[in-house]
Amino acid sequence: MKTKLFVAVMGAAFGVTAAASAATLDDVKSNGRLSCGVSTGLAGFSAPNDAGEWSGLDVDYCRAIAAAVFDDPEAVSYVPLTAKERFTALQSGEVDVLSRNTTWTMSRDTQLGLNFAGVNYYDGQGFMVPKELGVSSALELSGASVCVQTGTTTELNLTDYFRANSMDYNPVAFERLEDVNTAYSSGRCDVYTTDASGLYSIRLTLPSPDDHMVLPEIISKEPLGPAVRQGDDQWFSVVKWVHYALLNAEELGVTSENVEEMTSSENPDIRRLLGAEGNFGESIGLEADWAVRVIKHVGNYGELFDRNVGPDTPLGIARGLNALWTEGGIQYAPPVR
Amino acid sequence: MSVEGAAGRAAAAGGGGVAKARLLYDPRFRSWAFQIALVVAVVLFFFWIAGNAARNLQQANIASGFGFLDVRAGFVIAETPIHYTDNSTYGRAFLVGLLNTIIVAFLGIVFATVLGFVIGIARLSKNWLVARLATAYVEVMRNIPLLLQLLFWYKAVLAVLPSPRQGLELPLGVFLNNRGLFIPRPVMETGGGMLLGAIGIAALATYLLARWAKARRMRTGHSFPMLRVGLAIMLGLPFVVYVLAGAPITFDVPELQGFNFTGGKQVSPEFTALLLGLSIYTSAFIAEIVRAGILSVSRGQWEAAGALGVRYGRILRLIIIPQAMRVIIPPLTSQYLNLTKNSSLAVAIGYPDLVAVFAGTVLNQTGQAVEVILMTMAVYLTLSLLTSAFMNWFNARYALVER
Ligand SMILES: N[C@@H](CCC(=O)N[C@@H](CS)C(=O)NCC(=O)O)C(=O)O
Repeated sequence: MKTKLFVAVMGAAFGVTAAASAATLDDVKSNGRLSCGVSTGLAGFSAPNDAGEWSGLDVDYCRAIAAAVFDDPEAVSYVPLTAKERFTALQSGEVDVLSRNTTWTMSRDTQLGLNFAGVNYYDGQGFMVPKELGVSSALELSGASVCVQTGTTTELNLTDYFRANSMDYNPVAFERLEDVNTAYSSGRCDVYTTDASGLYSIRLTLPSPDDHMVLPEIISKEPLGPAVRQGDDQWFSVVKWVHYALLNAEELGVTSENVEEMTSSENPDIRRLLGAEGNFGESIGLEADWAVRVIKHVGNYGELFDRNVGPDTPLGIARGLNALWTEGGIQYAPPVR
Repeated sequence: MSVEGAAGRAAAAGGGGVAKARLLYDPRFRSWAFQIALVVAVVLFFFWIAGNAARNLQQANIASGFGFLDVRAGFVIAETPIHYTDNSTYGRAFLVGLLNTIIVAFLGIVFATVLGFVIGIARLSKNWLVARLATAYVEVMRNIPLLLQLLFWYKAVLAVLPSPRQGLELPLGVFLNNRGLFIPRPVMETGGGMLLGAIGIAALATYLLARWAKARRMRTGHSFPMLRVGLAIMLGLPFVVYVLAGAPITFDVPELQGFNFTGGKQVSPEFTALLLGLSIYTSAFIAEIVRAGILSVSRGQWEAAGALGVRYGRILRLIIIPQAMRVIIPPLTSQYLNLTKNSSLAVAIGYPDLVAVFAGTVLNQTGQAVEVILMTMAVYLTLSLLTSAFMNWFNARYALVER
């Protein structure tokens, strides 16, 4: 980690051309692989599965982008990053896209040289406690020791929430997720706080998940999404439109199963999305069937959600805010037109 | 004379070029010119780096400059030797991290030195068991990576200690649980100054007495029971004053409130584990240095002192160690520097040192990697140079005393 930062610092000092000016799409094509920044292991979002392959909602975004570019969802090199390392890795060009439960905030968007390509999961920060603590609301947590990962929005929201409610707390902060988990499960802290999605995922990794509960309070807005470097509009468009293609496909009823038949659909919206009409693929530097490739290999947003974090998975998360706008949620994509 | 003068004039008239050439070959001029050119080149190089970095950051739309140090930090730090709240600035957070680093490094150096001397001397002991135990200690401790040792101590500390509600209550209002060791914190009431004064006077008296005792021993050879008398003064005088002044110091005793203890002074498991790990790891290296130092003193010194009937402990303390010190100090300095730098592993066990607080949280919240990393490197460099300077001074003193 220190070497990574050091390289970035040296890069800034000696590098004559900044990484941002590169044409990322061309680089990705010539490398034959997408370098995708993911977490070090957060089941449901990005973690190696039993077969040792990376899987999860964020990982599927890497696969979708690779599918759009190469027609091959496996053409991805995954780079596991802690909360602290992630932005440096993206800035320095070590990864082409960061798809790692990262909250879109104004400072990150404007001061770190990043562009967020969309929100693939609307989240909020919550608290998890052992049931035996006998607490039922976050407002009863005054004086608690709180386990938290450094380099996150979590750290700041926590301070604001306790201050706003005139409560005290003792932070116990670690850089690596693993260490936060160990500290919490060994009883060093009373409370674990992070994005609610993260809490569901982490709870399952604890020795006895049923002894822990997530408190009802959600104390912040955490719109999580993929990010790219500023200064490369074409690549920004590719990532953005892969995200929109996933949403539009769900809205139009295009799934991994029916996508081939759908290419001969009469519906002009579907025809444009799947490249039967217009030259949308070309306009972002890809083939005409870019969206077909994405949906064929990874499915639409709904499939992706259900497969990784939905009600039938161990995480069992309801669609809630992440339902399409037509279904009462706020997931909404601009049209392909 | 007139001939010489004419020749001189002629040489001067035609010698402008020669004089220049002579200057060019003048070793003093050349060495100066090279030094100046080098300094100029280095300065220009750093200017170029700074300018380049600023330009690159700007091009990538990444914020730069040191203005962020005045911005509100907005996060809480677990251990704050100076006043700090979430409303303090990033600059203040930097200071807190720096102090935490200095505290753990300083205490680590003290413990590692004491432990290292004891183990190093024990390795040379004639007692087989003691020598073997010391050898085992050195080999185990210096051959396991420090990070693993830190994680081990941290997990050990946490695994052994109970939760606050089932915590241990020790005598004198001390509590021990997995949130740390809670000890009563002394609070000064009026008259507390007198007690501090008494401690100061006792210390001064002990020092003067020790000097007198040493001078007398040098002169007459009579020894003086300095340890016993010194302890009696250091403990006795403050105690008498404490009682006479009507107990001017009260104690803020920790109390279980809700989840945790409030009040008192807390020594966290993170700090304890870090201090243990750093001290034990480094002490193994120091032990070897001490052993090598002692072995470097010729056997004749032992034999001569032994022949005069001096006891083992005295030979070691008064004859061998002072001579061994000049061999011990230079490598000892490196160990101190290592310990200070190794303290940055704190981040793995959640102790808020400079790297965790500043190169960790602050870097992430501000995104200003270049500035933050430069400042952090500058701190470690400064701490190392200061330690070296101090040890060099110390070394020089020993070198002079040597015969
Ligand atoms: N969304 C927050 C927090 C993201 C975050 O890093 N969460 C942690 C805990 S759920 C995590 O995913 N850690 C995984 C890792 O460090 O590899 C942010 O962007 O700052």
